[in-house]
Parts: sequence; C-alpha cells; structure tokens
Amino acid sequence: MIEAKQLTKSIHGNSILNGVTHSFQAGCFYGIIGPNGVGKSTLLQLLSGAAKPTAGEVLLAGKPLDSYGAKQLARKLAVLQQGGLPSAAFTVREVVGMGRYPYQNWFGDEKNDPAALIDRALEAMGLTALQHRQLERLSGGERQRAALAKVMVQEAELIMLDEPTTYLDIGYQIHLLDTVQAWQRERELTVIAVLHDLNLAALYCDQLLVLHEGGIAASGPPREVLNESLIRSVYGAGATIVAHPATGVPQILLQPGGSAPLR
Amino acid sequence: MLLLAVSMLVSLSIGSAGILLKDVWGILLHQLIGGSDAGQTWSAGDVAVVTQVRLSRVLLAVLVGACLALAGAGFQGVLRNPLAEPYTLGVASGSSVGAAYMILFGYQTLIGMWTIPAVAFATGVVTLFGVIWLSRGRSGMQLETLILSGVIVQSFLGAFVSLMVSMSNSVVNQILFWLMGSLALKSWGHVYVLIPFLLIGLPLLFAYANPLNLMVFGERHASHLGIRVERTKLIVLIGSTLLTAAAVSVSGVVGFVGLVIPHLIRLIAGPDYRLLIPLSAIGGGIFMLWADTIARMAFSPKEIPLGVVTALIGAPFFAYLLYRSKRSQEEMA
Repeated sequence: MIEAKQLTKSIHGNSILNGVTHSFQAGCFYGIIGPNGVGKSTLLQLLSGAAKPTAGEVLLAGKPLDSYGAKQLARKLAVLQQGGLPSAAFTVREVVGMGRYPYQNWFGDEKNDPAALIDRALEAMGLTALQHRQLERLSGGERQRAALAKVMVQEAELIMLDEPTTYLDIGYQIHLLDTVQAWQRERELTVIAVLHDLNLAALYCDQLLVLHEGGIAASGPPREVLNESLIRSVYGAGATIVAHPATGVPQILLQPGGSAPLR
Repeated sequence: MLLLAVSMLVSLSIGSAGILLKDVWGILLHQLIGGSDAGQTWSAGDVAVVTQVRLSRVLLAVLVGACLALAGAGFQGVLRNPLAEPYTLGVASGSSVGAAYMILFGYQTLIGMWTIPAVAFATGVVTLFGVIWLSRGRSGMQLETLILSGVIVQSFLGAFVSLMVSMSNSVVNQILFWLMGSLALKSWGHVYVLIPFLLIGLPLLFAYANPLNLMVFGERHASHLGIRVERTKLIVLIGSTLLTAAAVSVSGVVGFVGLVIPHLIRLIAGPDYRLLIPLSAIGGGIFMLWADTIARMAFSPKEIPLGVVTALIGAPFFAYLLYRSKRSQEEMA
C-alpha cells in the first residue's frame, strides 16, 4: 500500500530519522510506537506528504507521493491530526461535509449527493443529535469524534491517525479505536496510527513499529515485538508483560523503581 | 441587494445643491428612459449635479466599500487572524508613501490627475511583494512571519509618511486629508477604474471560498484535504491586495470598513466564505455609501473626512453587535 524507502529527515541539522525503510501492507492496522521525540509524528508527516524528507522517498501504490495531485492524494489518504479540530463557528454537519472537498469540482458540487454518506458517518460517531450544533460549543471528545467522522467521509483507503486518543478519557479512547477498527475491517482499509499507549497499541494493532534512535528498533505483531528487554532498551523503564486475560495480547504493567538512569 | 439599491436612491436624493426631490427622480428617469423635454422643472445645471457629481460619487462609494470589505474578508481568511484587515500587510502605508511623496513635491506627469492614484497603487503593490519576499522561507509563508513583516514594513513606511508630513507646512493638510480618505471631487473616471478590479476580484475570491473555509482548521488540515495551501494563500493575498490598492489609490486610506464589515457579516450570516465573500462586498458598499453620505451632509457644505465617519459610526455599531451576540450565546449556553 505505502512504502517508506530510506527516509531521512533532519531539522536544523539535527537528524530525526535516519534511513527508515518499511513496507506497509494493505488492509492492516499498524501502530507506530516509541518514546517522546523519537520522530513518530515526523514519520507520519513524511508518509502523508505533509513534510518532505531530507533524503529517501515514499511510494504510494508503487508511485512516488509527489506524483499525485493534491486532490487525488486526498482521495487516497486521510489524516486525523494530533490535537483534534480547533474551535470554529461551523456546525458539526458542515465540518464533516468538508471531508468531501477532494471529490468536489470548482463550484463545490459533486456528482452524487453526499448527504447519506455524511448521515452515516455522523451516526457511527454518535453525533446525529449534535449535527446542527456549532463546533465551538462541543466538548473536546465530541470534537475529536467530529474530526474522525470527517476523515470517514473522505473515503480514503489509507487512514493515518496521529495520537488519536490523547486528551480522551478511557471510555472515548476505546470507543474511538473500536469504531476505527470496525470500519477498517469492514472496508479493508489500511490504518497507520501513532500511539502513545502501548496497551492500546497491543489491543488494536495487527503490526507494531517501534522507533528508536532514528530507526526501526523492532517490527511485527505485538506478541513478537513487546517484551521486557525491548521496553527496557527503548523506554529505559522496567516492566512486566502479562497476557490479556480475554484476548491474549501482551499488556504492560509498569514497575516502580525499575527505571534506568536517563541518558 | 435590495438594501443597497434603496440606499443608493436615498443617497442620490440628498445633497447640498438643494435640488427638489421630484426633480432628482425626474432627471434620473429622464436619463434612463428618455422622454419629452416638455414639462421639465429642472435646469441643465441640476442635471449635471445629479448625473456628474452625485451619481458618480454614490457609485464610487459603493465600489470602494465593496473592494475594501472584500479585501478584508480575503485577508482575514488567509491570515486567520481576527485583527487582519486590508492594511495589515502594509499595502496602505505603501500607497500612502507614494501619494504623500507626489503631493509633497507636486510632481505631475503625463497622466495628469491620475498621477497620485497610479503612484499610490504601484507603491502599494510593491509593498506587498516586499512583505511576501521578507517572510518567504523554504517551507512557504509562515503566517506569523507574514503578519510581523507586515507590521514592521507598515511602521517603517509610516515613519516616512510622518517625515514627509512634517517636512512641509504648506501642503500638510493636503497629505493628511488624503490619508484620512475622501470621495470628494472624484469623477466617472475613478468609477471606471475600480469596476474592472471588482469584476475580477469578486469572482476570484469567491472561487477560493471553499478552500478558505477549510483553512479555518489550519493549513496542514487543509492540505490533507487536497488544497494547495501555498497557492491559495498567494492568490487570495494578491487578489485582496490589488483590490485594496485600487480602492486606496482612489479614496485614500479609509479605515474600519475592511476590518469590521467581514466580522459584521460573520455575526449575521455565519462563517461560510461562500456567503461571507459576496455579502461582504454588498455590506461594504452599503456601509461606505452611508458613511460618505453623512460625510458630505452632516456639516454641509463642509465635508468631514470619510475615515472619521466610518470609525465614528462603525465602531459603536460593531460594539453593539458584539455585545448582543455575546449575550445571546450566554443565554443559549
């Protein structure tokens, strides 16, 4: 689906990513994890075309990212940005409808009426009752759901989520990732998510990519990737890994006093 | 639209020459549809006052107001800053420097009365490109840098204008009067100059209404939806600047319209630029027309500078609207 080839990025002379190569398969749920400042969001920005790599290239369906037109790319690839939507006086329905922009012509019309599609996205995110409310009158969680509904309406095959669960309470975290997962399985979408929470990453992702020191420290299914020595070497934290009683995926229990000295 | 038409008729009907109301209407109808000359109660002088002086001035007020409000909406959309207005990026200061220089040294060129407008227009446009050049980095224009560059250039050029004002005692009033803005002693020629700018500027900005809507959530967000952000910013900024420079070169620096009218329309009609852009043009036209009518009628036959009127009636009105919308929001919450 999308392929990173020797991606290198330096900002103001500081090397952030150093030759990251990875191939993301279609229909999989990928999680990018790693400690703060390791370049998780930078990698996502390079993959989505929001930033240009210093060296290397990104291939989307076999073609370089910059060979796509702006709207053409937006029909293939949708991004849920970190921090959610800023406040605005538009109504929820108007905001969700903005996701149709890549399908609109110069006048802002499109061939098929998107109303039904927007209705479905609003319903999936539980926003039907709020659809005529202005965005600035929503709570942070509601706003994040509106942002996700807008990404759904964009109908891309590849969805990128940059820390989608930050600032949400556990109920909304689970609801949001459940929705994304159900929708990903139904449409066989490819999802690449930057996640902070290792336990959530293990629960929802088919594949994990662990970034460390500008490169990929490990990659594979959560069961293979998440182990105590990796947590210690990448995060410098002591942890005990247990199997989730219901699903069997690895879950991490932190150990007080187990931290390695900071470098 | 209807309000605009009514405003134009009322404004046409009043003036310092003291022509009877029925005569004004008679002249207009006569000019429009023709008819016999029998039974005319007006003189040839009255006809000249109505068609040459009043009608051109009314149209000019509408055009200047429309240009400035439109440019204001454009600047606010791109800069995503509620304080942005047509003069934020230093266009007006640039124009002022050019105009003040020409007034101070009394240069006249082959184009006669067009010298000052032409020079003001040119220096205004040059200023914008200077500001864009200053703020241009490898990754495009950063909004903060753009606004800061505008502010710096504006105060730098403002110093030149003040310098020129202080250098000359005899023409000081002329420069100041130009700076404060006026539509007095303008002709049909000025109207014809502004029409093409509006005819190009309005559809151009309207075509970018949807991208401007999506930019509300930030540039990255817009680019993920397939908008070419840098191109949109550049085109809207240049379009808005041309409108501003054209209006300023004709009328001087009339403040407040470009800042307040788009906000006012936003309070009434919501944030959608597809409504905001055309309605700002109409609203700006109406507002400027009334401001100019007051400017020429309040202490008739002496005129007050247009900029004074726009601020005097605009600010309290805007304050009232702001207060009311805050109140209604609190009641709903």
